[in-house]
Amino acid sequence: MKNRLPGLHLKAEDFIPATAEEKESLVIMRDSVNFWRDGLRRLKKNRVAMVSLFFILLIMVFAYVLPSFWPYTYDQQIRTSENLSPFTYGEAELERIAAGEKVFPHICGTDKLGRDFAVRLMMGARISLTVGLVCAAIVLVIGALFGAIAGFAGGWVDNIMMRFTDIIYTIPDILLIIIMAMSLKPALEQLVLHKGFLWLQKLGPNMIAIFLVFALIYWVGMARITRSQVLILKESEYVTAARALGAGSARIIRKHLLTNCIGTLTVTTTLQIPSAIFTESYLSFLGIGVQVPMPSLGSLATDAVKGMNTYPYLLLYPAILISVIILVFNLFGDGLRDAFDPKLKD
Amino acid sequence: MNGQDILVEVQHLQQYFPAGGHGKNKRFVKAVDDVSFAIKKGETLGLVGESGCGKTTVGRTMLRLYEPTDGRIIYDGKIIFDSGKCPLKNDDGSDMTDGNGKPVLGKKTAVDMLPYRRRMQIVFQDPYASLDPRMTIGDIVGEAIDIHRSAGSKKERRDRIISLLECVGLNSEHANRYPHEFSGGQRQRVGIARALAADPQFIVCDEPVSALDVSIQAQVVNMFEDLQQEMGLTYLFIAHDLSVVKHISNRIGVMYLGKMVELADSFELIAHSVHPYTKSLISAIPVADPNTARAAKRITLQGDVPSPLNPPSGCRFRTRCPYADEICAGECPQMKEVSAGHWAACHHLDKVDY
Ligand SMILES: Nc1ncnc2c1ncn2[C@@H]1O[C@H](COP(=O)(O)OP(=O)(O)OP(=O)(O)O)[C@@H](O)[C@H]1O
Ligand code: SF4
Ligand SMILES: [Mg+2]
Repeated sequence: MKNRLPGLHLKAEDFIPATAEEKESLVIMRDSVNFWRDGLRRLKKNRVAMVSLFFILLIMVFAYVLPSFWPYTYDQQIRTSENLSPFTYGEAELERIAAGEKVFPHICGTDKLGRDFAVRLMMGARISLTVGLVCAAIVLVIGALFGAIAGFAGGWVDNIMMRFTDIIYTIPDILLIIIMAMSLKPALEQLVLHKGFLWLQKLGPNMIAIFLVFALIYWVGMARITRSQVLILKESEYVTAARALGAGSARIIRKHLLTNCIGTLTVTTTLQIPSAIFTESYLSFLGIGVQVPMPSLGSLATDAVKGMNTYPYLLLYPAILISVIILVFNLFGDGLRDAFDPKLKD
Repeated sequence: MNGQDILVEVQHLQQYFPAGGHGKNKRFVKAVDDVSFAIKKGETLGLVGESGCGKTTVGRTMLRLYEPTDGRIIYDGKIIFDSGKCPLKNDDGSDMTDGNGKPVLGKKTAVDMLPYRRRMQIVFQDPYASLDPRMTIGDIVGEAIDIHRSAGSKKERRDRIISLLECVGLNSEHANRYPHEFSGGQRQRVGIARALAADPQFIVCDEPVSALDVSIQAQVVNMFEDLQQEMGLTYLFIAHDLSVVKHISNRIGVMYLGKMVELADSFELIAHSVHPYTKSLISAIPVADPNTARAAKRITLQGDVPSPLNPPSGCRFRTRCPYADEICAGECPQMKEVSAGHWAACHHLDKVDY
């Protein structure tokens, strides 16, 4: 049987047509590569972005969760414990320790009014983060809406809307913030006296002014980016194809424009956060930010400047924290951009 | 031409795109200027011309993806657009006039296109740009079904999508994937399936193969032919050179700078073209037989295509035509029937001879 021809050992069952199940088992269902999944996969591979994300989450816990469990509050003044260096105790506290009580250490020391500096740092970070997040959200809503309407409408509507953003673009922002803060102060102070507006008092009129100015100025960049995206997408062939199929404007916006813009919008919004935090910090540093006794990282730094030679750590902590927050948000935003919107990289 | 079996007709179609300027100085790209033709049911009309001569614009304007500046579009006997500014046509193609010799204008009309969107479809030039990168192939093909709510249930929708994909040589496994996972040829098939999903009678095929590899071009062209036979489709098949179009088309129209210059049966046009521009195009088709190739004189046109922003007066081809004279500069030549069903627009047809 050695010389049997290869073609001769045929078996009849080899020629029976495959059943439906057999066919099914041969079809290899490959996992479809979805835009979000694909982006997330790229993001996860980006070490810098993942480390930044870890730090962002850490800072969030530090700012929003930890103060509730801290034995001190940000405005609690402890007598005889003024100007303590880290891990030291004031006279009164030492007596209590001697009496057998447990006293929580001042990890970062205290300031000149005897307030625990660690909790003040947390509250400062909370304010800064909140400013960043809220401002980014305001910018996203106003900017994206404005830009999308201008881009989609096109023609003279677009022209007028875009000239308007040009005007806003030319306004010096810091000047406007200072003017707004000054002029809003009396009005807001009146408002705060009414019931129901007490929460405003905590933030202080300056903070409100910052939000307002952000809402008024900083959306311009977002509007421009959104508009240019919408303009390009609107003329794209797949939108023309959708129109040829009979799709109306609502469907085109929902199914084609929004889904194709969302990557850019996410990235731009994320990158807006650190710039808002930065603005808030230096405004607070200049003394036109948050209302005392509420701290912000900027105002903590200002307070510390006066005693810089004796208590340098009081300046160092908030300065480092601001830098780290801004750095990690920027790095994470860059990572998001690389993962979800490679086109935007230039 | 019998009025009964015409599916689509355009008359005096004009498309000017605004190109800056205000008031009196407003400038226009004259992309399509006074083009008329009719396509019979089940027929393929080829449309050729150099890049930028307005072929895509004709196709899209016919579907009213661009609102025509002027002209009339008739689909299946119904006027779907009429600017109200151009004369009606007699059965023999001449303009209708009243007793005093004044042209009889049509009534201004612009119907709601939604019902016609299902009947008239388009396959795009660029298979990369014409598929939404964020939608799955299944959703892209199913878009027509979703818009016109033509599927009763989820299962019916899915079954239809799969049968459409199979119809163009793809399979159900492809439905959940995204466009970037496909090759150019496969994408173009998706584009075709999307057009077929609307269940159309008429499809504008806008250079559906120019972006593809030569090896795949033939496959896709054959597929268009098979689909036409199976479904009785009518095509306007656009291409920038005659070699692709001559096999698939029953008749061919030649465009130059927004104008139709010659329109005839495919064989007639290739064998007995009369317009100087068409002749130069035909001489550019490579010939396999070296003897014939040597005998035929290759006509190379001088100069570039002028800008449609500012086209030459009179005959638009005159800047490059070897026969051009003052008449050509002064007067725009009209389409004339040189033999049965063979139309050409040139003042000096008698002189033209290569
Ligand atoms: N939406 C538009 N707005 C303004 N001008 C346009 C527009 N679309 C096309 N044009 C202009 O109209 C002219 C004809 O363009 P069209 O796309 O119809 O040419 P084409 O024959 O399809 O060319 P190609 O073979 O390169 O596809 C060109 O000069 C082009 O610049
Ligand atoms: S009309 Fe004159 S310029 Fe135009 S193609 Fe004929 S001969 Fe040439
Ligand atoms: Mg084209």
